[in-house]
This record gives sequence, C-alpha cells and structure tokens, in this order.
Amino acid sequence: MPERDSLEIEELEIDLLLEAILRRYGYDFRDYARASLRRKVRQIAAEVGVSHVSELVPRLLHDAELFSNVVGNFATPVTEMFRDPPFFKFVRETVVPYLHTWPFVRIWMAGCATGEEVYSLAILLKEEGIYERCTLFATDFVDPVLRHAKEGIYPLRNMQTNSINYQRAGGRGTLSDYYHADYDSVIMDAGLRENVTFANHNLVTDGVFSEVHLILCRNVLIYFNNTLQNRVLDLFHASLLHGGFLALGSKESLQQSDIRDRFQVLEPTWKVYRIIE
Amino acid sequence: MNQQKGSSPRFAAVVIGGSAGGINAVTTIVSALPSCFPLPVVVVLHQSPDQPPCWVDYLDHLARLPVTEAEDKMPLVAGTVYCAPPGYHLLLETDGALALSVDEKVNFSRPSLDLLFSSAADAFGAALIGVVLTGANNDGAAGLAEIAAAGGLTMVQSPCTAQWPTMPAAALQAVPEALVADLEDIALKLVELCIVKGA
Ligand SMILES: C[S@@+](CC[C@H](N)C(=O)[O-])C[C@H]1O[C@@H](n2cnc3c(N)ncnc32)[C@H](O)[C@@H]1O
Repeated sequence: MPERDSLEIEELEIDLLLEAILRRYGYDFRDYARASLRRKVRQIAAEVGVSHVSELVPRLLHDAELFSNVVGNFATPVTEMFRDPPFFKFVRETVVPYLHTWPFVRIWMAGCATGEEVYSLAILLKEEGIYERCTLFATDFVDPVLRHAKEGIYPLRNMQTNSINYQRAGGRGTLSDYYHADYDSVIMDAGLRENVTFANHNLVTDGVFSEVHLILCRNVLIYFNNTLQNRVLDLFHASLLHGGFLALGSKESLQQSDIRDRFQVLEPTWKVYRIIE
Repeated sequence: MNQQKGSSPRFAAVVIGGSAGGINAVTTIVSALPSCFPLPVVVVLHQSPDQPPCWVDYLDHLARLPVTEAEDKMPLVAGTVYCAPPGYHLLLETDGALALSVDEKVNFSRPSLDLLFSSAADAFGAALIGVVLTGANNDGAAGLAEIAAAGGLTMVQSPCTAQWPTMPAAALQAVPEALVADLEDIALKLVELCIVKGA
C-alpha cells in the first residue's frame, strides 16, 4: 500500500535527520521515543514549508538558528510550579527529615526546563529551614531554556494554578511571599536562587555531573526509549551518595529498568526511590 | 502486532475518544464488548470536573474486558482496554507500545484525541478502527481524517443522539464517509467487524 511505503520512507528520513543533527551539532535524539518526536519533526517540516522531512537536512546543516528552534521544539520545556502537589508534600514531610541528618545536602534537578520546579523546591527547602545547607544543581540541555530558568520571570496568569499547587503541596505561607508582580509577569525572589547553580548538561551524552543526595528528574524519561532510559538511570545510580534519593515523574518508574533492585520504593504513586546500600 | 486467533485478519486495534459526556458513552460501549473481544482498545477522554477519580476502576468493574490505565512503554495486549491518565497525552508507537508525553496541549486538551489517532494511524494503518464520541469541541476530527487516509475504518457517534453534538459533527465534517451510529450500534459493529464467527 502506498501509505505504508511513504511511512517507511519518512522513518528513514527522520533517521537521516537525527544522524545529521548528531554529527553537525552533537545532540543525539536517536533514542528518543519516536511517536512524539515524529510529530514534532512533521510540525517543523510544515513550518519550514518543505514537503519531505529529508529536505530539512540541508537546511539544518547550514542554518544553526533553525537548529536551535528545532532543539527547543524537541525538548518540550513544559512545566509548572509544584507540579503534582502530593509529590512535593511527600518530599516536605518524608524526604526532608532525612536530608536534615546530613550536614550539607547536594541536589540535582535534571531536565529543569524553565525553572518552575527549581523555585518550587527552593521555596519548600526554605520553609523547612534547610535551604542554607543545600546546594542545588539545575541542569537542562537547552541554553535559552536555562537562561529563562535563571531569570525566574513567569507570566502572572500562571500564578493562580501555581498558588493552588503550592497550597496543596503543604505551603506554609502564600506563594506571593516569594515573588514580585510587575505588569503581567512575576519575578521570583533572587534569594531563592542563591544556592542554585544553573548549568548545561545533556543526559544522553554527558557523564556524572556531581555526587548528590537527591536527584529530581521528572517527566524527562518518558521522552526516551528503554535503552536510553536505562543508560540515564545508570548515570543517576552512579551520581547518588549513600542513602540518596531519586524522584521520577509520576508516570515514570524503575519497574522495567536494570537497576530496580538497587533501589527501595519509598512512594509508589509519586515515584520516590531510595538507594539500597 | 501479531494477528490474534479468532479476530478478522483486517483489524488490529481500536481507538476511541470523547469529551463532554464521554465517560457515559465509553462506559456504554466498553461494557457491551464480550470477553472474547480480540483487539486492544485505547481510550482518550478529556478531563472533566465531574470525572470520578476512580473511573478506570469503575469501568473495569463493569466491563467484561480488563480495563487499565495506560502506562508508558506498556505493550498492547489483545482484549484489554487502556485509558489515558489525566494530564498526559497518550500515543502509540509503531511497535504497538503505548507512550505518554507531557507535550503542550493540543486543542486545549491533554490528553488529545488527535495525538492518539494520528500516532495510531501511523502504527496500524488500515488495520485501525477509530471512533469519535460526544464532546463540545473539535478535537479528534483531524486525527480521524488521518485514520481514514491511512485506510482505517472510522465511526462517529450520531450527533443527533450524542449528549454533545459538536465533536461528532466536526469529525463527520472531516470524514464524511465515516459510519454514523448510536452507542449500542457502535458496540455491535465493533463486535461484528472484529470477531470472526465460528473461529
Ligand atoms: C517536560 S519537561 C519537564 C520539566 C520538569 N522537570 C517538570 O517535571 O515539570 C522536560 C525537560 O527535559 C529536558 N531534556 C530533554 N532531553 C534532555 C537531555 N538529553 N538532557 C537534559 N535535559 C533534557 C527538556 O529540555 C525539558 O526542559
């Protein structure tokens, strides 16, 4: 049937495109979950105005600006503050008491997107009186997204959802204690990022970032295939100190991974794990 | 996916989507399917404030087929009903595994029917059946058109009897050749299309 043929050809074209991106720019998307990626590739082809994906190859090879749009599009930096409030409540009530037993605490937030999750955790740590002892590494692989995270400026219209999330996550004050509204945007308090280091780190191609007590990597692994998930989970295992914690997105899990036996499940719904000594 | 015993050689999967009123509509269809229904059924419903939190359990209780919330990378199994978790898009990979994503909303919705339908058309081509039910927006119309273009079979709940006609009407406008039927007839038609008598 012609439709199936053209699909197979398109698949080949996507392979070529990803190969070109890897060799020209060093970003490796070959082991990303295909269905979601295919849709994004088609969108880009439509926006650029080409009828075949392969026509994107020469464009991308010679147009670095188009490439940064493409990475931004592949990356999906969709996030919010206190996403999954019960998860943050669990961290507040159950994980933080463990963190208190360490004289200093290092935390890695991998795939931090535009930073909402970073400010959320910073607020929580402040409220629990442990922020001063913490160092947070917030990493992502897209520079403009990281710049946005560092600035901490968000649309005012998002703050209603964010505030509701904050309350449901066990917030001790009101979210507006932590930002200044200015016209239609808000600026997060600079004090929240005093102990935060924003850095570019690619989970696919870079190694251990630092040895840490807690890793948050939420809603990133669903974009990877099984092979890549296992590789990244190995990286997390190697990055965790004794007794360290790993938090994944609520629809991600260690269940199918090679390292599941090396972790204990602390919270099955919100996917919080602790490394077994 | 391999062909299952007792299924017609033509179809390999069913995708169903709905919005406002969709819970009742899906419940009617799914609970009418016999336990020998040989295809996986993948369901996307828009979140609604009146959605009971344990809706999947409730449907599982009523249905003769096992009903479960879709998980990322879960392989499709014949005769099982998969429902998209609220807040996540549900897609199908070409190897017949389920995939979740938190991509931007599509048609103001996550999950979106268009995303499921489009990825399912890629995965199953002519072996797919797509069904659009009641709803108050246009999600699903473009996806159903992709299913039709790939040679799949398309069905739409009759806008005259749907609780909310906008969504089925939009789907019909995009795919005029789709079969139009009431809920009970959709279930009967699925059984007729997918179960080979005497097999
Ligand atoms: C959907 S967002 C999740 C944001 C946040 N963690 C949350 O749960 O709300 C996924 C993020 O993962 C990042 N990401 C994807 N692939 C990555 C990679 N290979 N290395 C580092 N970050 C990656 C994207 O740039 C994006 O910001």
